[in-house]
Amino acid sequence: MSNKEYIQIQNINKIFGPNPESVLDLVADGIGKSELQSKHNHVLALQDINIGIKKNKIQVFMGLSGSGKSTLIRHLNQLIHPTSGNVIIDGEDITSMSDKEITNFRRNKIAMGFQKFALLPHRTVLSNTYFGLEIRGVEKKEREKEALKWIDRVGLNGFENYYPNQLSGGMQQRVGLARALTNDAPILLMDEPFSALDPLIRMDMQDMLVQLEKELNKTIIFITHDLDEALRLGDNIAILRDGKIIQEGDGQEIVLNPENSYISKFVSEVNRGRVIQCKTIMKKEINQELTNEAIVSPDMTIEEAAKIITESGLDIGSVLNNKGKLVGTISVQDIVASIVTPIKYKND
Amino acid sequence: MSLFNQIPQLSKDTLRAGKKAIDASFKDFSREYGDLIELIFEPVKWLLIKSENFLTDTSWIIILVLIASIAWLGSKSIKIVIGSVLTLLLIGYLGMWENTMKTISMTFVAAILAISIGIPIGILMARSNIALRIASPILDVMQTMPSFVYLIPVVMLLGIGKVPGLLAVIIYAIPPIIRLTNLGIRLVNNNVMEAGHAYGASYAQRLTKIQIPLALPTIMAGINQTIMLALSMVVIASMIGVQGLGQPVLQAIQNQFFTLGMMNGFAIVGIAIIFDRVTQAYGKRMQKYQETVDEQ
Repeated sequence: MSNKEYIQIQNINKIFGPNPESVLDLVADGIGKSELQSKHNHVLALQDINIGIKKNKIQVFMGLSGSGKSTLIRHLNQLIHPTSGNVIIDGEDITSMSDKEITNFRRNKIAMGFQKFALLPHRTVLSNTYFGLEIRGVEKKEREKEALKWIDRVGLNGFENYYPNQLSGGMQQRVGLARALTNDAPILLMDEPFSALDPLIRMDMQDMLVQLEKELNKTIIFITHDLDEALRLGDNIAILRDGKIIQEGDGQEIVLNPENSYISKFVSEVNRGRVIQCKTIMKKEINQELTNEAIVSPDMTIEEAAKIITESGLDIGSVLNNKGKLVGTISVQDIVASIVTPIKYKND
Repeated sequence: MSLFNQIPQLSKDTLRAGKKAIDASFKDFSREYGDLIELIFEPVKWLLIKSENFLTDTSWIIILVLIASIAWLGSKSIKIVIGSVLTLLLIGYLGMWENTMKTISMTFVAAILAISIGIPIGILMARSNIALRIASPILDVMQTMPSFVYLIPVVMLLGIGKVPGLLAVIIYAIPPIIRLTNLGIRLVNNNVMEAGHAYGASYAQRLTKIQIPLALPTIMAGINQTIMLALSMVVIASMIGVQGLGQPVLQAIQNQFFTLGMMNGFAIVGIAIIFDRVTQAYGKRMQKYQETVDEQ
């Protein structure tokens, strides 16, 4: 693994049960999840997880319930300790830290948002938001100032003195987000933070998160069961099934080359126009006059490109890179074809 | 006599000898250590006397104002305050003021001690399953053992009077506060506790910033129950010399004085209702945050 990887998850196995170590060898020999459960009374939650996460990117773990994604994210702040394997963050092995060290690490390096918000019901929005700073022992004036800044940033101005029960779900999750951001930790863990929200508010929150990530340079680990959400947010996506990573890559890779039928079933529901970028399907041979009216960029999604090309009344758009050089052409026909192309997958 | 008809039983002589031996050794023990144990309870005795003297020696007007203001601070309800004042005035008018003050003093001291011992035990029980397993059967015994039975060793050790009476009242009144503190803490939502862990809160921080505040309504219910039980114990405690409203009741039972019994009985009910309403209203006010605002 390269040094650039800020967080390294190495050979993580997690087994729940009366004596997890005793069955570790069986797992290494490849015993199945159901056999382990029925014959040995242990639950295999995670199996040989290896992944590197780059700094200041959004890493998404996607999977259905029972896939082990929530268990995995809790390894990153040691709310759950692995049965075997290591988690190395910024050069430090957090799995071998003492209780005191891990408490310190949680206070300063990592913040977390929760699916069910997990706000303190007896505290106001303001004092919920500065909870992390209070734990750290920051002075009251200082932490209130910092908290107010983030309450404002997530759009909850004027709600400082409300109690969580008096707010809607979307607003409560904004408080959760403000609490996580107020800690000013370089790593943000988000455990299905938006799945309890209705679709429109969820989109708002997703946009806000992407915006914040660009502004603040944070490494965000995001858990979701929704592939659309994964594609919208993730710089890199890992798909989990039965405690194993079955595919990892950026959104386009997963949509264009699903590893197996399980993933392709998910992918078939996705709006491919919003995922595939012009550079992926453009024709590189340039045999055409430059048409100034329909100019698209290589990183643009083909949905956006289609809009620009059709609005200009043409059939073909020119793909210009950020230096203004013509690098390819793209036709509306190509775009339509790639949106409806039946999905092929590599294995099975 | 076959085994079928007769349960195996120690011979009467062995049993009698055994009882005698235990009694004798306990008597020796109390003779030996009675003075020492009394010495240990000296501060408690001092507290009891001070509090009783304060309540009985101070002018009734000041006491009335004091109780009314405590009722107001606790409940913020003018109805409860007026009710309390009228009840106390009636008690005074019917000649039971001094006994009532003695009872309030005893209940107050017993409740304070029971709460300050009970809450830490409850916290310990919530933290450790071993403590829970040890404490549960002891609490069961305390709650079901007829109070007359544990009055016997208390009297043997400490004689009759205020301190043994207080001890009996505390033993009787402490289980609810212990149980409900433990329960309240154990019922705190796991999600919220996880957030505490995730932000690096220490045990003390989780306890003071999350568990106790969220368990407080349940703990308040325990405090309320403890006060009620302490009050109901004063009649029984009057049998070992605790002064107050219990003594006239005891006298009424012995001599069949119907009216005397009723009057003092109702005086106990009256102050019980005052204590109950004030502590309940206070407990309710602490749960304000659970109310939701109406949609606008």
